[in-house]
Amino acid sequence: MFATLACVAAMYLTPLVWMISTSLKPEAQATDGSLRLLPVPASSVVERARANYYGEEAAGGAWKPGVWTDPSVDFPRFMRNTLVVCALSVTGMVISSAVVAYGFSRVRWRGRGLVFGVMLATMMIPFAVLMGPLYVIFGRLGLIGTLAPLWLPAWFGGAFNIFLLRQFYMQVPRELDEAARMDGCGHWGTFWRVIVPMSRPALAVVALYHFMFVWNDFLAPMVFLTHRDDFTLALGLQMYQSKAGNTPWNLLMAASTLVVAPVLLLFVLAQRQLVSGLSAGSVKE
Amino acid sequence: MTREGRENLAGWVWVSPWVIGFGVFMLLPMAMSLYYSFTEYPMLEGPVWVGAENYARMLGDGTFWKTLWNTAWYGAVVIPLATALSLVIAGMLTSKVRAGGLFQAAVFIPTLVPLVASAMIWMWLFNGRHGLVNRALGLVGVDGPVWLERAGWAACALVIIALWGVGQQVMIYCAALREVPESLYEAADLDGMGPVRRFVSVTLPMISPVILFNVITLTIGTLQVFALPLALFQNSKGGPGQVGYFYTMYMFDKAFADGEMGYASALAWVQLVLVLGLTWLMFKVSGRVVHTRG
Repeated sequence: MFATLACVAAMYLTPLVWMISTSLKPEAQATDGSLRLLPVPASSVVERARANYYGEEAAGGAWKPGVWTDPSVDFPRFMRNTLVVCALSVTGMVISSAVVAYGFSRVRWRGRGLVFGVMLATMMIPFAVLMGPLYVIFGRLGLIGTLAPLWLPAWFGGAFNIFLLRQFYMQVPRELDEAARMDGCGHWGTFWRVIVPMSRPALAVVALYHFMFVWNDFLAPMVFLTHRDDFTLALGLQMYQSKAGNTPWNLLMAASTLVVAPVLLLFVLAQRQLVSGLSAGSVKE
Repeated sequence: MTREGRENLAGWVWVSPWVIGFGVFMLLPMAMSLYYSFTEYPMLEGPVWVGAENYARMLGDGTFWKTLWNTAWYGAVVIPLATALSLVIAGMLTSKVRAGGLFQAAVFIPTLVPLVASAMIWMWLFNGRHGLVNRALGLVGVDGPVWLERAGWAACALVIIALWGVGQQVMIYCAALREVPESLYEAADLDGMGPVRRFVSVTLPMISPVILFNVITLTIGTLQVFALPLALFQNSKGGPGQVGYFYTMYMFDKAFADGEMGYASALAWVQLVLVLGLTWLMFKVSGRVVHTRG
């Protein structure tokens, strides 16, 4: 069992290991048919990493750019765009979903069950049904050609995240609400002093998931972003691959690593929250 | 205002962000696309009403059937395989093995990789001349194919890549398996059940609601597959023989490359009906099979 699992785990990790390994080799060694993980000699790995990612002095003193400094793609700019979209989208998503989930769990009002049901049903609606008209709507609002279409909708909450937070709020003891009410708190006070502090882990899960979602998203940027200057990393990577026809594999893998690394880093830092969020969404009722 | 009236008002106020967003970014676009689907709408001009013409056109549109078929076979192959594989892996992970957490992380990590980056990585791994897959096959004396340039092999590649991304399902199954009460297994052991019978008559019924949830999620996701094949086949409408040209890709091309918003909207509505219909069907069929607690 242990050996089988070790093999399975190795197979799942190999593509990523090979991506990083290729990104640390000179072009000739990436395609020389060897199965080595490091360039030859192994001591050249730091210098090679610098050359592939950042750039190097080529023969004759000319500057040979790496992926980060390549003027034909501008990855620093794509990174900045992606981070801007992520920051605005995640902030909006967390705030709005937290508020709406309160309305679905702590306020009793007529129609609550029905509206909640409708909200759950919207999770099935494919984005493709909406993308054409959304393009028209954002065009009318003068937002095509800006980053706004990518983060603005998040400020109205997301069905799945609202659902997740509502499930979490349900587990916050009602006695705490009543204590707050005794102290003269209204709904807002209860939300701000009781629910939000008690729900920090769940809010972190929503933030993490939404960050991953936005970082990963491809279809929406493809529909709404018209200028290359506005591209996100996902679009930029696709463009980098397709622009020259034969982008050297070592550089393409370096570019891919740039796109993957932040997410992997986040996973290492927040592994526990990510895993707990997954099981919370599905198993607990 | 009565207390009840105040609470009713407060409820609507608290959920108003979502209600407004739902109206502006969902209900309105859906109404628009339903209307567009009955029009001819070249993006630069206005929509012109043509009745059900777009829907009739689909019947004779070879690419529509091709992409629908591609999406169908992809789902029909990937969904059962992914489900079986993730159940097996989850079963092994929950059997008190050493370093289980580490292995679990290894299987989960690929699901975090952005799809475009996945496409780049696999394009490199499946490269006919220098790819790692063929190098590994060469070690055992097999002359690997030019994966992404032959229709059949490209289809295999798509399935393999999909199976690389089952980590989320695995995690969900792990959580579900851990919730099966130990006492049920003890009872099964007392009845003298072997491991296979025990899995079929104890484990499967207990986790069947979770399987249903996962299969529905997978189905909805499969019907919308887009980014990975697009990047993997370098925006070439699905690579060799268009084997990787899926429904959403065709819809996107119609709307934004050919500027036929009307026809694209009709395609979108057919997709929506398919998603809802399949989900409904699965709930219906599973009603008899899925075990509900309490």
